[in-house]
Amino acid sequence: MLTPEMSVDMRTYLAHVELANPITTAAGCAASGAELSQFFDLARLGAVVTRSITMAPRAGRPTPRMAETPSGMLNAVGLQGPGVEVFLERELPRLVDRGARAVVSVAGGSVAEYAALARRLSDAPGVAAVEVNLSCPNVEDLGRVFARDPAASAEVISSVRATMRYDVPVIAKLAPDVADIVAVARACVDGGADALAMINTPLGMSIDVDSMRPSLAAGTGGLSGPAIRPLAVRCLWQVHAAMPGVPIVGMGGVMTGRDALEMILAGACVVSVGTALFHDPYACLRILRELEDLLKERGFERLADAVGLAHRPPGAGPRHRIDLEESSL
Amino acid sequence: MQVTGTVLTTRRVDAYHALTVVAPGIAERFRPGHFVSVAVGGPHTSMPSRRAFSVHDVKPDYGGTVELVFAVRGRGTAWLAERKARETLDLVGPLGRPFPVPRDPCTCVLVGGEYGSASLFALADTLQQRGCRVDFVLGAASADRVFGALRARRMGETTTLTTEDGSLGLRGRVTDALPSVIADARADVVYACGPMPMLRGVTAVAVEFDIPVQVSVEESMACGYGVCMTCVLPVIGDDGVTRMARSCVDGPVFRGERVRFEDIGTIPFDALGAPGGRAQEGGAHTRNVS
Ligand SMILES: Cc1cc2nc3c(=O)[nH]c(=O)nc-3n(C[C@H](O)[C@H](O)[C@H](O)COP(=O)(O)OP(=O)(O)OC[C@H]3O[C@@H](n4cnc5c(N)ncnc54)[C@H](O)[C@@H]3O)c2cc1C
Ligand SMILES: Cc1cc2nc3c(=O)[nH]c(=O)nc-3n(C[C@H](O)[C@H](O)[C@H](O)COP(=O)(O)O)c2cc1C
Ligand code: FES
Repeated sequence: MLTPEMSVDMRTYLAHVELANPITTAAGCAASGAELSQFFDLARLGAVVTRSITMAPRAGRPTPRMAETPSGMLNAVGLQGPGVEVFLERELPRLVDRGARAVVSVAGGSVAEYAALARRLSDAPGVAAVEVNLSCPNVEDLGRVFARDPAASAEVISSVRATMRYDVPVIAKLAPDVADIVAVARACVDGGADALAMINTPLGMSIDVDSMRPSLAAGTGGLSGPAIRPLAVRCLWQVHAAMPGVPIVGMGGVMTGRDALEMILAGACVVSVGTALFHDPYACLRILRELEDLLKERGFERLADAVGLAHRPPGAGPRHRIDLEESSL
Repeated sequence: MQVTGTVLTTRRVDAYHALTVVAPGIAERFRPGHFVSVAVGGPHTSMPSRRAFSVHDVKPDYGGTVELVFAVRGRGTAWLAERKARETLDLVGPLGRPFPVPRDPCTCVLVGGEYGSASLFALADTLQQRGCRVDFVLGAASADRVFGALRARRMGETTTLTTEDGSLGLRGRVTDALPSVIADARADVVYACGPMPMLRGVTAVAVEFDIPVQVSVEESMACGYGVCMTCVLPVIGDDGVTRMARSCVDGPVFRGERVRFEDIGTIPFDALGAPGGRAQEGGAHTRNVS
């Protein structure tokens, strides 16, 4: 038994990269990182996942870009950002100076563009891992989203994997609104993904009944927040069940430590926090504290022992962790 | 900074609700033009985005209080309107770029539309302490929606009120009255806070008189501190380049003539990073990436 003063070993691994704890920001939900660092020290996070970086600067989509929905929100920001050159010149060095571990998210419109981004990042110091945002339309395939097509996803991942330095893990970020999430996940792993991240925002829409027009200028937008948590847990569950050895970054509506624990029990070894940051700038640190307390209360000495634990066969008690060796990381 | 503030008093002011909240850290750092964001719906809220409100008044009582004045619009403001004294509120602030104030005494016209005038009184105070002359032009659709008329009359050298239905002051809009106020006062600068169409009109008048104008814009916000990228509008920078600027951190106060009011709700083709625009030359085409 643990004594109350003992702390839980919160370390976790993204492939071979060790993170001090499993809580990170979600891509596109922490701008450049400087905004959050006014509130707390970014080095206290497992990692900062950057906004999705594109080759050229992007102005994004027209406003309104946001509509609140029950327990969630729709957004159509459209990857507004400074482009990879300014990112490497200004934003990444500032994250590194602050002692943050930076997971760089990348987005492109073609396989070649993802590869070009990987090439630019390859010799940049301070890239702990690359997260490939596959929820982008492929301009070479009539704008079909990569993440909906296992073969296209695999092609992107293998070209990024082939270009990126061998010691920088490549994470494939998947969308939940696909016919078979396990098929896409497997294709990405076969293409060389060292880890998977899920879920990106499923596409949603709302209509303002006063103006009788779509609430967002773009019409549709990505749904995030607690409304999508069950969808995220289902995806994590299915993918972890199919590939228990692949590290997964779980996200989708995590607002509290309990929500983070749910992701971990489903199979995530890292948990990203997005929409909760809009509500509470300290969300990541609060969630980390709550998660640690919950693990402690449940008698865990190591976070790793809880990963995927909900998959254990019925009847196996939570303390019989010996049975679970192969499904934990 | 984030503060769990206790509601001190609640009151109705014509069409508006006012809440005074004990929030020492925020009151201390406040400068005119700052806003705060409020979490709405309680601990297990179904409303994940924060609501932005200008600060009407800051007082030193109880270590520092802030007063918010608001109209009920949707679910979040309806929830706020039900708060009672001694309940707690989660506030983050002070946020945003405050109103810049002139170094030397000058004549300032302060223009407020609807509850937008709430943010002008702290500014008027600061300006007067610096020896500036302050004239007010306040307007709204109807008399009960003109906020702070009495206070403006007490503070301002002159105060002009306008209502669209003529129930108070001149019938019409603030922009109808503004040219003569600027001319009579020989104003050096205009400050404005109110709905976007009003800010556009006020800016046009100030440009006509060739005097600087500072506007405090109201864009739909989710976070209020710069991380969600939803509150953007096209603003021309010092280098002449239009960027989609965040109204929560780059604003809410902007130089009026820098805001491309006519292009709000679009991405101007010449904005930095616009689809197919100049700034994307050399980059691959990533149009419509979601
Ligand atoms: C800098 C700033 C200062 C403001 N000051 C005041 C003030 O002093 N008094 C006042 O009554 N109102 C003020 N507003 C507007 C106020 O934020 C909105 O009325 C409020 O957010 C509406 O919330 P709701 O839940 O009632 O409406 P809903 O329509 O249910 O809100 C849904 C979502 O849209 C956002 N939203 C909707 N309308 C606006 C809007 N006009 N501005 C920003 N976000 C919006 C909300 O944050 C929320 O995320 C200010 C807005 C800004 C940006
Ligand atoms: C405003 C906003 C912007 C986002 N931008 C990106 C992005 O640039 N790249 C990306 O991979 N995901 C992006 N996402 C998706 C999040 O990273 C995350 O997958 C999703 O929001 C679910 O988590 P949450 O419910 O905790 O927000 C964005 C989400 C939001 C709400
Ligand atoms: S409101 Fe989130 S960036 Fe401005």
